[in-house]
Amino acid sequence: MAAIYSLYIINKSGGLIFYKDCGTKGRMDTNDSLRVASLWHSMHAISQQLSPVNGCSGIELLQADTFDLHCFQSLPGTKFFVVCEPGTPHMESLLRYIYELYTDYVLKNPFYEIEMPIRCELFDLNLSQAVQSDRVALLGR
Amino acid sequence: MQFFGGSEINPSPQVPTASGNNAHMMYVFNRNGVCLLYKEWNRLLHTLNPQQDHKLMFGLLFSLKSLTAKMDPVNADKGNLGVPQLPGQGCSFHSFRTNTYKLSFMETPSGIKIILVTHPKTGDLRESLKYIYGLYVEYVVKNPIYNPGFPIKSELFNTALDQYVRSIS
Repeated sequence: MAAIYSLYIINKSGGLIFYKDCGTKGRMDTNDSLRVASLWHSMHAISQQLSPVNGCSGIELLQADTFDLHCFQSLPGTKFFVVCEPGTPHMESLLRYIYELYTDYVLKNPFYEIEMPIRCELFDLNLSQAVQSDRVALLGR
Repeated sequence: MQFFGGSEINPSPQVPTASGNNAHMMYVFNRNGVCLLYKEWNRLLHTLNPQQDHKLMFGLLFSLKSLTAKMDPVNADKGNLGVPQLPGQGCSFHSFRTNTYKLSFMETPSGIKIILVTHPKTGDLRESLKYIYGLYVEYVVKNPIYNPGFPIKSELFNTALDQYVRSIS
């Protein structure tokens, strides 16, 4: 069983710039998704403070009862995190692939303002294709 | 690869110390946020003084619980973000992992939170935390001299805990 429930992209100041919800029951309204994104940004930073060893770069995986949260932080500080079913494999490589799509379709878009919400059709299209093909490969449907 | 916010590149996993302990540290909190126990076996970096460190840890867990309850994709009825959750209410996380440590968490129905910080390759420690709670019940709760709500000062508990944690791989 492997399914992605939602994907968030946060800019380096903690603001939500992209949110995609694939789940059915867990839908959140816009305000809540903004709050959740900012909360995650802060929790990520606090977890670095509590490290017993030097060189902590923040939470990479959070495991809860009903979902797993995988987080990838790029070099400039943009965070990509995905909420999925517990035990879904290959989420790290999916996140890195989404980061590639982000650099290709969003950052290289001359009309896109950096740190602003993402409104690029090609990015949405390719993202849906990536998630769909992932789903087909993992679930066989 | 050096990430934003990191100052040192630290690729090697934590080597167990001479005492053989694989865990870095452990916290036990009660439902009011009082730190009942803090044990440190192998901690190289102390960012904050102990009081602030305990408060930060409790605050982080409190907020993470609130976050996971809200983000729960399965439960349809969720409270508002920021509303304090009762123990056992809503979806709760049981561990998170960073590149330098793994934090395992367990909350009992009475609000006792047990936190174990180990190296990142550790497996699922939920059973171990349940066993530690069993030790807490035997050596602390059943101790007639123990004052609930105050830090634990039981030698037997400390020894049993040290022995058990050493055996966790």
